[in-house]
Amino acid sequence: MAEALMNHIDPEAIVLGVDTDSREAVIRLLAGKLKDAGYVKDSFADAVLAREATMPTGLPLGHAVNVAVPHTDPEHVVKPGIALATLKKPVTFANMEDPDEAVEVGLVFLMALNDKDRQIEMLQEIMATIQSEEAISGLMKASSLDDVAAVLK
Amino acid sequence: MSKKTVLFACGTGIATSTVVANAVTEAMKERGITIDSRQCKATEVRSELNGVDLIVSTTQLPSDLGVPSIVTLAFLTGMGKAEALDKIEAELRK
Repeated sequence: MAEALMNHIDPEAIVLGVDTDSREAVIRLLAGKLKDAGYVKDSFADAVLAREATMPTGLPLGHAVNVAVPHTDPEHVVKPGIALATLKKPVTFANMEDPDEAVEVGLVFLMALNDKDRQIEMLQEIMATIQSEEAISGLMKASSLDDVAAVLK
Repeated sequence: MSKKTVLFACGTGIATSTVVANAVTEAMKERGITIDSRQCKATEVRSELNGVDLIVSTTQLPSDLGVPSIVTLAFLTGMGKAEALDKIEAELRK
């Protein structure tokens, strides 16, 4: 299932080894990439941050690296796509299941969703990928687009 | 056993709840239970409860809903999936 994830991630919107202390900085960085590549409107970054504050998307995976899948309502989106960041050191997101619980996240998939069929496919492929410890460690070690593509091909 | 209605909830009511609804519907079919699935935002659960036997959510739910509910990330992260399915099956067979 995961082999098609690369089809949904824009190579222009992959940032490896991001060095920052805040989830806001990561989300703004990736949202800017999606904006430049024509996937989302200007309002997208603020809308994602607002949603993250009330309905967080951190997913504890029970191994070394946790994941977050920030997204927001379709009115801020032009066309569906995914931006990906690997972080040099983890930043704190809140747990989707419990907003009061912190999750240290090392891998962020920022999703632009506005098409019902595509978004199910995209999410299922992300979930299949993050359920593979091998895929996650491959992504975290990636230092080039080719490395990412080799994991997600 | 008659058909059961399960309400799937998440933050937006469109994204993660769809993934969970698909996974649970398939798994319950394999266990011989047909479910009628509905979806909504977690914040709108209270107005969607008519005829609902069970709520499965990826995010916190309002309290005192009067309907059994299970909050789990198992269908997104893969962790504890078998246990979550057992809990759902047990609730639907009541």
